[in-house]
Amino acid sequence: MTTNGTPLIEVQNLVKTFGSTKALNEVSTSIHKGEVVVVIGPSGSGKSTFLRCLNLLEVPTSGRILFDGTDITDPNVNINLHRQKMGMVFQLFNLFPHMTVLKNLTLAPIKLLKKTPEQARETAMALLSRVGLADRASSYPSQLSGGQKQRIAIVRALCMEPEVMLFDEPTSALDPEMVGEVLDVMKDLAKNNMTMVVVTHEMGFAREVATRLLFMDEGKILEDNTPAEFFANPQHSRAREFLSKVL
Amino acid sequence: MVVYNSVIVDWWNKVSRSFYQNFIDANRWKYLYNGLGVTLQIAFFAVLLGIAIGVIVSSIRSTYELNDKRGPVLRFGNFLCKIYITVIRGTPVLLQLLIIYFVIFASVRIDKVLTASIAFGINSGAYVAEIFRSGIMSIDKGQFEAGRSLGLNYLQTMRYIILPQAFKNILPALGNEFIVLIKETSIAGYIGMHDLTKGADIIRSQTYAPFPPLLAAGIIYLVIVVGLTSLVTRLERRLRSSDH
Repeated sequence: MTTNGTPLIEVQNLVKTFGSTKALNEVSTSIHKGEVVVVIGPSGSGKSTFLRCLNLLEVPTSGRILFDGTDITDPNVNINLHRQKMGMVFQLFNLFPHMTVLKNLTLAPIKLLKKTPEQARETAMALLSRVGLADRASSYPSQLSGGQKQRIAIVRALCMEPEVMLFDEPTSALDPEMVGEVLDVMKDLAKNNMTMVVVTHEMGFAREVATRLLFMDEGKILEDNTPAEFFANPQHSRAREFLSKVL
Repeated sequence: MVVYNSVIVDWWNKVSRSFYQNFIDANRWKYLYNGLGVTLQIAFFAVLLGIAIGVIVSSIRSTYELNDKRGPVLRFGNFLCKIYITVIRGTPVLLQLLIIYFVIFASVRIDKVLTASIAFGINSGAYVAEIFRSGIMSIDKGQFEAGRSLGLNYLQTMRYIILPQAFKNILPALGNEFIVLIKETSIAGYIGMHDLTKGADIIRSQTYAPFPPLLAAGIIYLVIVVGLTSLVTRLERRLRSSDH
């Protein structure tokens, strides 16, 4: 699904090294509005690093990342403004344990979007209802299950009204019976045309929801294809090997 | 029974005579009372100075540790902070007090309470800085990343997310540091200050009865420390109840 016009995110020759290991090796791709890009690959393939470079949680060693046409790797760019438009969901949720759910959701909108507490609360409650957790607004994160925490974490990112959502293995730390409820929220987002980049091991989700699939290994994108095409007919021997292990 | 009674009466008479001689006679209690005032003054200002230094030093140190990009100013600041902490923690506090009094403030005679507060504050700052830093570093990196990923800048993330959690973790260590500080001020007599310990020692030198005044000073220190401990415990409990 390559839409016309300029891509929302354009990655050019991205390189990230940790000491002597090259986590990302000349990665280039572009992500358009409305796409759901799922990144898969064996562990250590660089897929998480790739995702974390997109909002500069990892600072790339070289290469450029254009977001809405702005090169956010430029040190003179105020990255905080761009991060507001890039929601991120972490494997370990990273909710703020000292705040109630509602406070978790409204902190950034109040401080950064300059919303009044009432406005922020309204948005938060509407989104909470959408994920079925309106009754947990005054709970603390420690009182929630893993699946609930992750749904709250997704809502926290959504409260900033982002243009793109980045998911870093959002279901990997969950008990199996809680994976479904989180994936359902993500499917719902995809259905509503949210642009998403998802690093995951959930092949079912990739097959069902992704509009595009990136297969990474050793810091490179080896395949860039539609999920149907990828699962039916993987081009690269690495991809075939990977699929034979995970399917 | 009669013999028994007379032993108790004898003992009581001895104690009350000793009490009168050590504390009532010639208003000797004032040595303890005024000494306590001096001790509390030094401790109070030293705690304030220690916290101020601790905040600055730990900010520099943890900013250095949390950031990949380290400019020359940050690197130099971190270097200075490390030297400060190493020197202060590596030498006795008494020596530091003597150097500050006899060397650094040798030519400018300022108020002794101020001199001692500065000495103990500089000393305490090194420990407080390390306590703050350890508290900040004890917070999971994911908390920091979550804050930054929402678009909060470094200071906002610190203020709203990291520091409230860090403070809860360091409270016991911080309370302990203040307790140590209050007791450490007992060496202020070395620069001729009449603090609580020195006050007790003066009474001893006048009455030649060492035990009563030293015991009294000990009890006063103990009461202060126990009071402070319960205050910290109560604060800890209150902070804990906020997050279940």
